[in-house]
Amino acid sequence: MTHEQYVFVSYALTAVVLGGIGLWLWMDRRGRLAELKRLEEAGVRRRSEG
Amino acid sequence: MNDTTAQARFSFTALANPTRYLSYSGKILPWLGGLSALLLIVGLYMAFTAPEDYQQGITVRIMYVHVPAAWLAMMGYMVMAVSALGTLIWRHPLADVSIKAAAPIGAAFTFLALATGSLWGKPMWGTWWVWDARLTSMFVLFLMYLGVIALQRAMDDPVKAARPVAILVLIGTVNIPIIKFSVDWWNTLHQPAAVFRMDGPTIDPSLLWPLLIMAVGFTALFFFLHMVAMRTEIWRRRIASMRRASAREQRSTARPVLAE
Repeated sequence: MTHEQYVFVSYALTAVVLGGIGLWLWMDRRGRLAELKRLEEAGVRRRSEG
Repeated sequence: MNDTTAQARFSFTALANPTRYLSYSGKILPWLGGLSALLLIVGLYMAFTAPEDYQQGITVRIMYVHVPAAWLAMMGYMVMAVSALGTLIWRHPLADVSIKAAAPIGAAFTFLALATGSLWGKPMWGTWWVWDARLTSMFVLFLMYLGVIALQRAMDDPVKAARPVAILVLIGTVNIPIIKFSVDWWNTLHQPAAVFRMDGPTIDPSLLWPLLIMAVGFTALFFFLHMVAMRTEIWRRRIASMRRASAREQRSTARPVLAE
């Protein structure tokens, strides 16, 4: 590998890992919000909401 | 209790309220995301226009992702340590949420510090890895993150998991000064500190500025991701509480039928 390739792989790996964690957090957020909406539509309430 | 004490106690309670946290963080989040994107764009531009190092050549550019990742790996753990104190001393309802949110993000930065360090080590040292004190203590930090994540996921009830997780986090905190001072205490292949030193940085400003901008950008990104993860975790716990309430309600309405 050339020195340029080591630099490229470092930046590509950083982009993949940080992009991956961002995507995972976004998917998790979307999933939980959809689940919350479904429960609220089904009339389920938290105890604190009476 | 005088007015000032009453006000201070009110604001502490106000900050501990998850609903209020969701409201505040919802307003801050877009600004934090924008700030981190802007800083990273400027930082990357500066990193690739900065002069090459007279010895390392182009591989010095790996430093602009490796060093901030390593700093964030340690800072992420300190965020968890402060949150662990919040769980154990103040029983702050968001402290455990903060630990759960920070662990995978901190683990990702630790992995990046190890991997990019390895990618720099091969062309510069001639080896991917050595078991010197800095690299080994950083690897231990990665294992600590994985341990915290595993313990949190091993227990169904996050409330019951909170205390043992907080204790594990605090035990692991002993590794942070070891990482920082490992290059001074032992004879390591890893170079000593070049930025945070008593006698000032030893890096030329033309290389230091891009590094600092990238580090601030990575820090903003960490807190942005942490805030997103904390909000999702609050919603996850809210969903679990709603499901429990619904199951209880169904049981209480079904009971008279079962009694017949």
